[in-house]
Amino acid sequence: MQGENRVDILLQQLINGLTLGSVYALVALGYTMVYGIIGLINFAHGEVVMIGAMVALSVVTALLGAHVSLPAAVIILAGLFVAIPTCMVIAYAMEKIAYRPLRKAPRLAPLITAIGMSIILQNMALIVWGRNYLTFPTIIQPTPYNILGASITDLQVLIIVLAGLLMGGLVFVVQRTRLGMAMRATAQNPQVAGLMGIDINVVISAAFVIGAALAAVAGLMVMTYYGIAHYYMGFLLGLKAFTAAVLGGIGNLAGAMLGGILLGIIEALGAGYIGDVTNICGFPFLSDTLQQQCAGSDGQVSMFGSNYQDVFAFFVLILVLIFRPSGLLGERVSERA
Amino acid sequence: MTAHRGGKSIPPKVWAGVAMVAIALALLPFVAALAGQAWVRILNFAMIYIMLALGLNIVVGFAGLLDLGYIAFYAVGAYMYALLASPHFGVHLPFWVILPLGAGLACIFGVLLGTPTLKLRGDYLAIVTLGFGEIIRIFLNNLNAPVNVTNGPQGINLIDPFRIGSFSFAKAESFGGISISGPQKYYYVLLLLTIAVIVINLRLQNSRLGRAWEAIREDEVAAKAMGINTRNVKLLAFAMGASFGGIAGGIFSATQEFVSPESFGLFESIIVLAMVVLGGMGNIPGVILGAILLTLLPEVLRSTMEPLQNLLFGRVLLDAETVRLLVFGIALVAIMLYRPAGLWPSAVRKRELEAPKVAAS
Repeated sequence: MQGENRVDILLQQLINGLTLGSVYALVALGYTMVYGIIGLINFAHGEVVMIGAMVALSVVTALLGAHVSLPAAVIILAGLFVAIPTCMVIAYAMEKIAYRPLRKAPRLAPLITAIGMSIILQNMALIVWGRNYLTFPTIIQPTPYNILGASITDLQVLIIVLAGLLMGGLVFVVQRTRLGMAMRATAQNPQVAGLMGIDINVVISAAFVIGAALAAVAGLMVMTYYGIAHYYMGFLLGLKAFTAAVLGGIGNLAGAMLGGILLGIIEALGAGYIGDVTNICGFPFLSDTLQQQCAGSDGQVSMFGSNYQDVFAFFVLILVLIFRPSGLLGERVSERA
Repeated sequence: MTAHRGGKSIPPKVWAGVAMVAIALALLPFVAALAGQAWVRILNFAMIYIMLALGLNIVVGFAGLLDLGYIAFYAVGAYMYALLASPHFGVHLPFWVILPLGAGLACIFGVLLGTPTLKLRGDYLAIVTLGFGEIIRIFLNNLNAPVNVTNGPQGINLIDPFRIGSFSFAKAESFGGISISGPQKYYYVLLLLTIAVIVINLRLQNSRLGRAWEAIREDEVAAKAMGINTRNVKLLAFAMGASFGGIAGGIFSATQEFVSPESFGLFESIIVLAMVVLGGMGNIPGVILGAILLTLLPEVLRSTMEPLQNLLFGRVLLDAETVRLLVFGIALVAIMLYRPAGLWPSAVRKRELEAPKVAAS
């Protein structure tokens, strides 16, 4: 492998990582907003992403099945505009039923109901959409463009730009509007915010609903990017996004964005390079079987392959938290009992 | 325990009660067998889960450290037994040798996880433990190449069953006309171990260490000011919780004779945590109740969902497995909504909840 080639690979991994990272960041924002305001890990947030993807997929498939001749972009937008309200309603109902009554309960009680909600949503999706992987109909053909030897598709550009716009929009809402001010006040001290005339219930519901809207968009992004959707897809995605939120410092909007994008890039780079880094064929002391394996595979036998991709996310998280116990940008050490 | 307790004579009524419970527990596998051997296996699982839940209760309930990756220690114990007593490496050590080894290794992993996370609080700790659990699972899944250690996703089978001398616990046998099956024999081994674990936990709770854990749970800064070495005490919570997980894992391996990474996912960690929280964190009888309920509930649902649908709609509309999980989720939410402190909370927690909130967070 020559030097020039390596730069291409690095750039390619960075592009892939940035795309995935944008999605993580969008989902992470949902976790972090809820956590910042009521200190709850909304375990079911990943399922909201899944439902967003599933609903959008169903709408797209239904429109295609009806043979209406619409441009692909309109069909996908239609999917999105059904998915967003659906997710918002689900998140609103979830908060009202499972979390609101437990606001004064011991801290772990809402965590368990969140896990319960996650199981409920997953199995409802299983009943509605079945156990199989659903494929996204090929109505758009991503066109690859060449940058310095690496390729980036227009779909990737769209995902990154759209995610950036949404994040900017959210920052605007939180920093510049009355609702945003109410959210920040409630996050600091719900009692006093209530005394100042803020309806805390509305603010908390708003955090859930805005997070769900972002989740729906993220769901559609993942689905179009990978071309498949599955009732179980929300679990790992949610886990990664939550990891991203903690990595950046949970409760902190900028932290969630930074954490998401970092996590995406770390994963892509890790998966791309771990095979080379842990290639053991250069080691002096190898057993006979290993030497045979090396001879049979052009000197490429890795201790750890790209199937360890998911390990990186957690490994980096643990390392970061050892040195910065409240995440990269977090300052507040949570001491809620 | 305290001196005045030991001096009191135990009234005969208590003895009678204990004797009745003992007889009931001894007869239970035969009663369960009337409904099928599967139910004896479920009883055995319930006891493995009691051990797991009690181990996690030390970390979460006593010391107040939220652990979402507890199943990793269970996995360590299970794989330790599987590797040292199966044809996979051709090693066949006896059960009683491996069990302490598994507990010891799990304990080391507990300290490994505990040491870097001492500074972390609450939810940061939760996510790190969760990540730790996932890392262990991913390693178990992938450590089959280039050197085959765990046999990857296929798992390890043909694990030696538990035996004493030539007496194997896996085979059915009959003694004086009473036939006793493999799971029934295991039931008694598990019962003894479970009772031992329960007794150890009861003694721990009121020990110096148990009180130190409780102090840390309530207020770490105050506990430190009172002269408690919070670092060591927290590490001990991780280590002891982990060793119980390791023991439960070893027994799981021996009774199943098969392990694979699939049994050690995050969902399992969550279920064990749900047992602890649902039963009543920090209260040993509550945790036992939680473990029994959450083991039995899915099984009862599994066996009733299809007949129930047939009765109501005349045919099976929904896959029983899906409905089972759906109802399980609804049950988790409902129980928490109506009993936020758990089904059987400890007296301290109950008092705290009933007392009016003086200072808000």
